[in-house]
Amino acid sequence: MPRSRIAVRPDEVLFRVGTGIFASILVVGVLAIGFELYRQSRLSIHEFGWQFWQTDTWDPVSGQFGARPFIWGTLYSSILAIVISTPIALGIAIYISELAPAWLSTPLVFLTELLAAIPSIVYGLWGVFVLVPAVRQLQAATPAALKSLPFFTGPPLGIGMLSAALILAIMIIPFSSSIAREVLRAVPQAQREGAYALGATRWEAIRMALFYARTGIVGAVMLGFGRALGETMAVTMVIGNTPRISWSLFAPQHTMSAVIANEFSEATSDLYLHSLIEIGLVLFVITLIINVISRLFIWSMGRQRRTRPRAEPVLKAAA
Amino acid sequence: MIRDRYRRLLSHVVMGLCGLAVLVALVPLALILFYVLSQGLSSLNWSFLVDMPRPVGEPGGGMANAIVGSLYVVAIGALFAVPVGIMSGVYAAEYAGTRFAEAVRFAADTLNGVPSIVIGVFAYGIAVLPFRQFSAMAGGVALGIMMIPLIMRTTEELLRLVPGSLKEGALALGATRARAVFTVVLPAALPGIMTGVLLALARISGETAPLLFTALNNQYFSTDLRQPISTLTVQVYTYANSPYEDWHRQAWAGALVLVTIVLTCSLLARAATARMSRLHRGA
Amino acid sequence: MKLWKRASLAAGAVLVAGAALSAQGIINGAGATFPNPIYQKWFAEYNKLHGDVRINYQPVGSGGGIQQVSKRTVFFGATDGPMTNEQLLAADGKLLHFPTVLGGVVPIFNVPEVKSELKFTGPLLADIFLGKVTKWNDPAIAKVNAGVQLPASDIVVVHRSEGSGTTYIFADFLAKVSPEWKSKVGVNNALNWPAGIGSKGSDGVTGQVKSTPGAIGYTELTYALTNKIAFGAVENKAGKFVKASTDSVTAAAAAAATKMPADFRVSITNAEGDAAYPIASFTWLLLYESPADKAQAKSMVGFMNWALTDGQKFAPEMGYAPLPKAVVDLELKALEKIKTQ
Repeated sequence: MPRSRIAVRPDEVLFRVGTGIFASILVVGVLAIGFELYRQSRLSIHEFGWQFWQTDTWDPVSGQFGARPFIWGTLYSSILAIVISTPIALGIAIYISELAPAWLSTPLVFLTELLAAIPSIVYGLWGVFVLVPAVRQLQAATPAALKSLPFFTGPPLGIGMLSAALILAIMIIPFSSSIAREVLRAVPQAQREGAYALGATRWEAIRMALFYARTGIVGAVMLGFGRALGETMAVTMVIGNTPRISWSLFAPQHTMSAVIANEFSEATSDLYLHSLIEIGLVLFVITLIINVISRLFIWSMGRQRRTRPRAEPVLKAAA
Repeated sequence: MIRDRYRRLLSHVVMGLCGLAVLVALVPLALILFYVLSQGLSSLNWSFLVDMPRPVGEPGGGMANAIVGSLYVVAIGALFAVPVGIMSGVYAAEYAGTRFAEAVRFAADTLNGVPSIVIGVFAYGIAVLPFRQFSAMAGGVALGIMMIPLIMRTTEELLRLVPGSLKEGALALGATRARAVFTVVLPAALPGIMTGVLLALARISGETAPLLFTALNNQYFSTDLRQPISTLTVQVYTYANSPYEDWHRQAWAGALVLVTIVLTCSLLARAATARMSRLHRGA
Repeated sequence: MKLWKRASLAAGAVLVAGAALSAQGIINGAGATFPNPIYQKWFAEYNKLHGDVRINYQPVGSGGGIQQVSKRTVFFGATDGPMTNEQLLAADGKLLHFPTVLGGVVPIFNVPEVKSELKFTGPLLADIFLGKVTKWNDPAIAKVNAGVQLPASDIVVVHRSEGSGTTYIFADFLAKVSPEWKSKVGVNNALNWPAGIGSKGSDGVTGQVKSTPGAIGYTELTYALTNKIAFGAVENKAGKFVKASTDSVTAAAAAAATKMPADFRVSITNAEGDAAYPIASFTWLLLYESPADKAQAKSMVGFMNWALTDGQKFAPEMGYAPLPKAVVDLELKALEKIKTQ
């Protein structure tokens, strides 16, 4: 049948339009959020312009607002969290989908998702009462040689960037790990069997599966990253809520979500409120930028390999 | 030969590291669960589950209204997020090359990064202010918005991983696209999609910030969609921030109840999916 | 399938029934966290006397209370810091302030080497929180605490990370006793703190102070009393070092009672009187002069009449200070302005 006739078949059109409507709801929703954020921060945008992204002062009394320390804190804590959690999450995903005996995999899946079931406020409370004192002890025990590095300066308060990054890492493990696991499980057995037939070791076969599912894996990591960027409650209880820019893991710092959560209800002036919402807008824009970067990353991943056959590493090894 | 041995060694080392990763993740889990249990179990009793909150100083008092309320708003959120999420995922998977599908995917990833509090503020703007009323409905809307990206991305990724041969077989047998997708491809990806849905549910059940601006909270029992409603997370948050030891203990008990509910629902849903896919495959 | 169908039908029925059974007459309010415990007590006690009046109050914060009541998304608001003229103009109608109860803010500290009580003057507290006095054995502290062995350790300042009425009251006092504080930091619910770390909530601050040797912070008197936290005495305007208590807080309001402005918006920090505690404040309930729902207005006015008279007896046992009679009389008269017809 000619292609155009299939494309305009009524059931085909209905399918496309039907699912398309729901997809549009999503897109329109996100645009609406972006628009609302812009609309409700107009006072602050007008007042500060681009300086908002570059100033460090956050003074509600004098009406001076700058978002740079919060941008720093959010990015530093989230990137650190991803760096810590991704290897662990992937390790878990690989273990459950490839290595664990059948009787073990179901309980492990259950336990991983248990981590996601814990409310963020419980993470926060546990963080304050258990993690922070432990980190404080760790900080106090840092050898003097390390203390001179910019990453470890400052008094051992416990509260600070390190605690925040650790809590975030724990919180996002179930997300990246579960999606990665499902994605790995969905790789067709035929692909794996082909690899083994060519003499691959377990790890090499898994590497092949990871490559096959790479967009899903990157998607899983991005979902975890998104979660880390937006996490509010747990972070605000352990990060110290002090707007400042510091490389030190021991220093109390602040994040965009935390400052909005802390100060939104009490914002007394319109400029204050608009500034807080502008921080929300900044976070929104940063998420957009990060998404674009990760897409470029996936695209380049695909490009590199297109010129070489997939079985090459295994073939090379077998030679 | 040496090359082979190296490869095998590498394989074993990596496998060991993966096992280690599992252990590393389980340690904080055990610590947190132990902590929640130890703090909450002692305050958990029958009256806690059926009583309404009482002012401090009075014995008893519970979170019955909050338990029902949490289930309520999560259900409302799911009611509108699951169809939107799954359908968008289907669209993005089926029309993967198109620019609009790319836009949908981009939108989902962006939405996922929006902090829960910003979503709460947005939901406040569209669902509370126009009606001059905090409501359970607004709370459901806020939570639903948060669920959509996770469900949509999971659905899309898993649909794309279903082998093309399944769909082609269905189409070859004369099925319309809709039928092929909904009766063959989607069920094949269902366990994975279910994971996405459950993760999303688990995540929003534990959210506080968006509810503060939408559903507010309620000292009384209410299932009215148009009135503020009590939820476990907000109640736990309020009690935890109070100066009273008694309320702190109740906050922990509430947290314990919340985790238990999420887990039980998760388990039940998994069991149901497993049964469904077994029936479907005719095994 | 059958099970699913039945389950979803049941769920649907509950939803519909719930929507139909609309909650008759629940009056919604939101505002400050500080008076939340006593408000909950009052609403429950009043409900025992008048079963049909159900008042739902949520402690979202003073600013939140002002925001919401200004937009009429709740029937009444509550705040620890009085509304500014700008905020009153921005509201959807004329809002009236009604002081309900009194509270105090106390300086808490954790210095393991010091077993006795510590005293602070206003300017000293300001200097500590400005970050100018950084060690516990600073001569300024030693001068006021003669005979107490003070260690050479660092002072770790802890303040509220989120906006709070407690911060407002504390800053209001500091601005009155320290010109440098007034110009450099100012008075607001949320401040650009020159020193220290921020913790969330009263328990966040108290927890941080408790677990950090050398820390100093501030918190509500009710909180310090119920959690048995050590706090210091503060020098008042008359030069006396007063430790916060329900009596000394009520004494602070007594002086203001004689020159109470008609709208009840007054600051009583650094009040006159030998027995007055200097860091004290009213907390206000916000009601519209012309409320939208007249039936609810009637119930609310009835409640206020009770709370300002009989309700006050519940205050001391919960750590709050009752209102002086002079103030109550003025308020009962002002309540008549609210249009309940």
